[in-house]
Amino acid sequence: MIRLLAFLCLLLAGPAPAQAQSPVDAAYARLASDSYADIEAGIAGLAASGDPRAGAVIAGLADGRLHYRPADKALFLREGTGLVEARTGAPASAEGLKPVRANNKVRRALEAATGTLNLTSPDLGKRREAAEAVFKARDAAALPALDAALVWETDPGIRRVLSEARAAVILGRATAPEPERLAAIQAIAGRADSDALGLLRGLAADPSEAVKAAANRGISSIETRLALIGAAQNVWYGISLGSVLLLAAIGLAITFGVMGIINMAHGEMVMLGAYTTFLVQDAIRARAPGLFEWSLAISIPAAFLVAGAVGVAIERGIIRYLYGRPLETLLATFGVSLVLQQGVRSIFGPTNREVGAPGFMTGAFDLFGMSLTWGRLWIVVFSLAVFLGLLFVLRRTSFGLKTRAVTQNRRMAAAMGIRTPWVDAMTFGLGSGIAGVAGVALSQIDNVSPNLGQGYIIDSFLVVVFGGVGNLWGTLVAALTLGVANKLFEPYFGAVLAKIGLLIFIILFIQKRPRGLFALKGRAVES
Amino acid sequence: MSTMMQGTRGTGIREPGPVTRRTALRHWASAAALAGSLALGLGASGPAAAQETIKVGILHSLSGTMAISETTLKDAMLMLIAEQNKKGGLLGKKLEPVVVDPASNWPLFAEKARELIAKDKVSAVFGCWTSVSRKSVLPVFKELDSILFYPVQYEGEESERNVFYTGAAPNQQAIPAVDYLAKEEGIERWVLEGTDYVYPRTTNKILEAYLKAKGVKPEDISINYTPFGQSDWQTRVAAIKAFGSAGKKTAVVSTINGDANVPFYKELANQGIKATDIPVVAFSVGEEELAGIDTKPLLGHLAAWNYFQSIDTPENKAFIEQWRAYTKNPKRVTNDPMEAHYIGFNMWVKAVEKAGTTDPDKVIAALPGIEQKNLTGGTATMLANHHITKPVFIGEIKEGGQFDVVWKTEWLIPGEAWSKQLDGSKDLEADWVKLNCGNYNTKTKKCGGA
Repeated sequence: MIRLLAFLCLLLAGPAPAQAQSPVDAAYARLASDSYADIEAGIAGLAASGDPRAGAVIAGLADGRLHYRPADKALFLREGTGLVEARTGAPASAEGLKPVRANNKVRRALEAATGTLNLTSPDLGKRREAAEAVFKARDAAALPALDAALVWETDPGIRRVLSEARAAVILGRATAPEPERLAAIQAIAGRADSDALGLLRGLAADPSEAVKAAANRGISSIETRLALIGAAQNVWYGISLGSVLLLAAIGLAITFGVMGIINMAHGEMVMLGAYTTFLVQDAIRARAPGLFEWSLAISIPAAFLVAGAVGVAIERGIIRYLYGRPLETLLATFGVSLVLQQGVRSIFGPTNREVGAPGFMTGAFDLFGMSLTWGRLWIVVFSLAVFLGLLFVLRRTSFGLKTRAVTQNRRMAAAMGIRTPWVDAMTFGLGSGIAGVAGVALSQIDNVSPNLGQGYIIDSFLVVVFGGVGNLWGTLVAALTLGVANKLFEPYFGAVLAKIGLLIFIILFIQKRPRGLFALKGRAVES
Repeated sequence: MSTMMQGTRGTGIREPGPVTRRTALRHWASAAALAGSLALGLGASGPAAAQETIKVGILHSLSGTMAISETTLKDAMLMLIAEQNKKGGLLGKKLEPVVVDPASNWPLFAEKARELIAKDKVSAVFGCWTSVSRKSVLPVFKELDSILFYPVQYEGEESERNVFYTGAAPNQQAIPAVDYLAKEEGIERWVLEGTDYVYPRTTNKILEAYLKAKGVKPEDISINYTPFGQSDWQTRVAAIKAFGSAGKKTAVVSTINGDANVPFYKELANQGIKATDIPVVAFSVGEEELAGIDTKPLLGHLAAWNYFQSIDTPENKAFIEQWRAYTKNPKRVTNDPMEAHYIGFNMWVKAVEKAGTTDPDKVIAALPGIEQKNLTGGTATMLANHHITKPVFIGEIKEGGQFDVVWKTEWLIPGEAWSKQLDGSKDLEADWVKLNCGNYNTKTKKCGGA
């Protein structure tokens, strides 16, 4: 109905541009309204009117800067601190203005209108965006603008999107002749993404057999392609989930895996890291907003130090009295985890804290039709970097050598002059610090709340036990295996069943191989 | 800080010590009252009256996973009680809050409820958030015959003599929201996305029946559940995107609970799904939940509630100011369950005044028909089925974590205890005034369910 109205407006706009109560006047009059349907029709009319102020007014409405005076329906635009008359752009002053409001329907009309208007923009990127917007909107009123743009557009990429947009509009009109519709289907099918699929599926009830058959051919070819992409996408989601599991578990691979401490407070170290990120960002926002893009990089050492220091304090204060008593260690660290949670809740409050994402971690990009989000990609990279860094510390540094010596044979190591209590404290601090670093990354994808750590503690133990206690490579393989398996199951069984299924699998696996995927061999293990 | 002290005080009295802080406080208070009245030369009856208080129980989790939502309600109750005391208390006595912490632990809710009623002798209890906690305390309230005010939107299918439901029933939130999407946004395809527990499952069952009755085909409805605290939404969001590309306008109706919402919205934004493509309408996301997210990418997503902080009425303005002054935080937000407690508490006060006593049986009998102005410009009435009348608002998320109301019902909607959409519940009627029954079957003419 509204499209039809807009179309009529367009037809009228051609022959009589300057008369009183012209379509332009009508469009402006409709904008000054409380009714969303009126505003929507006004936008469509304005976009098709060719009025020179249309672009400015529509952009103003999109930003919430367009106001109207209820008394005489005059429209004004807020520009900076001043006010201008919307139709002329002349400075003005007015009282008692009400904003022209937008809801989703109005915003959709705005996107379509901006698209139509920007088709002639000199900026290449803007034209491409505009063509995509028109494709999405499938607005019949945009057809003349599309045809005009197709005449003079030279960029081949934009030309393709333009002709796809034109095809989409044509498919939406049942009155278009059959050959034109068949050609349109061809153009849409060439696009081969989910938008194209949606368009072609919409033709299932088309009266013409030829159109239906062509649409079905298009659908099946797109579906095959999308199924392949979907499978690849699921593997990527699995790797991404695996990297999160790896990050969460890698600190535990030290405290539980290497030192053998059942550390129930591990999750809280992750949480402390996340809160450190929040504090760092808060300080940056207040003192040096220009550094915001670097806030995560600054948070990494800070989180390591905070969580590491708390870890050393826990080891020195509690755990060192409990070596060799795993049950008591479990209870004590569980108590510590409750204390830390409630402490954070008392200081920061029970509600979530906002941790912002720097620019390079937001948004997504396309890779062979798969959509990858930057945030997830960076987390995968980061978790591998942490893993390799830790491997280096344990294998190639003197501290790592001492740690391994103490783990393998404490008395012999002590006899060789290694200060085993110091090594214990530092190793526990290292594991806790790594957990804190994980918190920096997890603050980007999860809530920063006192409960943050609890969501990861079970999964972390699962990964370490499955991978084989005391083996870093085992942790890596286990995290990725569990992540990918989980994400491959999820589309078929749902998230709840996928999780249950994995748990059962691990229980059976541990029955068969109690030491996990990669069991350590040697005398130390037996004792 | 004041919250912490209240919390420790509440749990302090649970310790079986000889002299607790609270009895000490009471001694001190009565001594002060005695001294004061002597100084003023009042009669001997003065101190006795000042000493007696009416106790009000507050049963909200202050630790554990639900603390994020429930701590706010505890503070809201303390504020309401303090305000009432400033106005001179109730029946000439001061109100005394008794705070306990059930720690997000469902069996502990029942234990704490028993303590409140049997040991502390509270006159009414305001509390619970999750349905499972409410179900856990129900037998206690029935056995000891006390009153519970439950302030959260829930799945319905219940009406108990001892419980007053001041949150929304499904017909006061879910169904109007779906109507709005179908009518105003032209939605034809629906994703019902929820956390895996009783409220989303029942609500989605009702919605599915409602949509099918309205002519939506089964293949245009997709229902999915995820575990509590789900943080990896990549697969689900991709599936929603795929479901939405069938050539029909699609929307998500979200009953996702608590902490799982933030990662869900973050993933939506990351995968580039805007509200103009696939709008999400949520029933559990309010001002409090949005406080933890950057709302710029969420612009235009919707929530359905019976109250929004942004609604401009003198009552609401005064309430927000009072709340911010009480919490000493000029940025503190208000939300829907807080308004429910505001209505419920004032209704209870009026009912006690009407009955002239805090005796539960008399107050329960006095409550139906009590009216209380809500904060959004209407008047809530307690119905015979122990639910209240409410307006329904649809709000769009705008920048800064607030909502812009885009639609509201023209009149107040009475809460339905039993859904008209579900078999086995559509013949049931709850009426505690005439029928004295919470599940009267209109077909068999008997009290006692389907």
